[in-house]
Amino acid sequence: MAVNVAATAAPWVFLLALWYAVKFSGLVESQLLPSPGAVAAQFWLSMTTERLWMDMLLSTQRVFLGLLLGMLVAVPVGFLVGWYKPIHGFVDPLINFFRALPPIALIPLVIIYLGIGEVARVSILFYASFFAAVIVMYEGMGQISPIYIRVARTLGATDLEIFWKVMLPMTVPHMLTAMRVALGVSWATLVASELVAAQSGLGAKIQNAASFFNLEAVYMGIICIGVIALTMDKLLRALSKRLLVWQDRVGT
Amino acid sequence: MSERLAFQNVSMAFDTERGRLEVVRDLSFEIRQGEFVSLVGPSGCGKTTLLNMAAGFVQPSSGQVLLDGRPIQRPGPDRGVMFQEYGVFPWLTVRQNVEFGLKLKANAMGGAERREIVMRYLRLMGLADFADAYPKTLSGGMRQRLALARAYAVRPDFLFMDEPFGALDAQTRSAMQDLLLGVLQSEGKTVMLITHSVEEAIYLSNRVIVISARPSRIKRVIDVPFPFPRHQSLHDQPDFARLRSEVHALVMEEYEAQQRQNAGSPSPG
Repeated sequence: MAVNVAATAAPWVFLLALWYAVKFSGLVESQLLPSPGAVAAQFWLSMTTERLWMDMLLSTQRVFLGLLLGMLVAVPVGFLVGWYKPIHGFVDPLINFFRALPPIALIPLVIIYLGIGEVARVSILFYASFFAAVIVMYEGMGQISPIYIRVARTLGATDLEIFWKVMLPMTVPHMLTAMRVALGVSWATLVASELVAAQSGLGAKIQNAASFFNLEAVYMGIICIGVIALTMDKLLRALSKRLLVWQDRVGT
Repeated sequence: MSERLAFQNVSMAFDTERGRLEVVRDLSFEIRQGEFVSLVGPSGCGKTTLLNMAAGFVQPSSGQVLLDGRPIQRPGPDRGVMFQEYGVFPWLTVRQNVEFGLKLKANAMGGAERREIVMRYLRLMGLADFADAYPKTLSGGMRQRLALARAYAVRPDFLFMDEPFGALDAQTRSAMQDLLLGVLQSEGKTVMLITHSVEEAIYLSNRVIVISARPSRIKRVIDVPFPFPRHQSLHDQPDFARLRSEVHALVMEEYEAQQRQNAGSPSPG
């Protein structure tokens, strides 16, 4: 148990030590690199006086909303594209094109069409998570062995029963993978969109701090983004582990 | 013994990139109630196609496959199928796998009855201690036993098996053969087995049908004279050995014909 805690803490302790070492080695000009302690103090200050938690909550909410909408559309579309060969041939090149396009590249266009409000941000997050998720979904479906469907048919299953009792459970692993991929992409996109145009959220916080040369707050914002992203990924992993106990190997 | 399943002048051809491939040509045979019939023949000769027709996965190009006089249109719970790859659902526990068919509308029944059937077949196949395990923890032999339990649970009249023991080691294979014979003794089914093993075919069957090289025709039908119940010691009897070499020679002739053919024609996959 103690060994476990030590093993978990070790890389973070190392990172902190490295930070202090760089800070006090004199390699970087002191003003350009705040100390971990100063960043922690800034964090406390922001939490208590500047409602930092509101920014964290807002950013997280936006990602969740975009992710939810993206997944809600990606799962049924993924089924259709994965299942019907002609649709696949038609749609695959298009989806690949839009997926290869970094969502960040669309931010200027979205600002022109939709402004800089919540609708604009959620739209771009929807875009990001949909294209990341849909491709994972239908490519995963393509790998599903048809033998299970055959077995179900010989046992008397109707098409509807095959969908609910065979197809759906078989796609759960792909849904979870799709969600993890989409989460990563959305988070990156969100922060970029907040950096460019927003009054609230962690990205905006960092942008504001940067314009006042408040490096403590910039570092604090970056660390918050990292910690939230890591936490969300960990939660998804835990969920995968629970849902996929039957798999030989649970996604890493 | 009345006739249950009849292949009548069945032919099957596929269009491939290299032209039309004839897999089965004008083939007829019947399987009677309670009979165990094995099909042996060279790989790629279309045996699996015949099983797929009987299961209802494919329709013949011409001729028909009749079940109690009616053409087979689609798969159904009256015909259980076992595949070499087991087809055990990995996301369900052992118990849930056996239960799967019983929870479908086609086989609707009360919960008490369902639990009873599930336990009965788990015990029969020696899986009761693993009821709540996931298939990933099972050996190949256990998975095949699970597939058999699941097939039996919906009470099919027929059992169609495509190389069911092909992926098992020799000892497990023998044990599975004896398990199958035992289960068939207590709950008879009409069985069609596809196998590469002449030995297995003779050991299990009432009749062995040797299928020719492509396109499949019937080369010979052999009645297996040994009475049931059978035991592994049957393998040591001179009569068994004689029959085995006879059938083996027939299969080898067709194997060589098939090899010559494969050298110059597309593979049926």
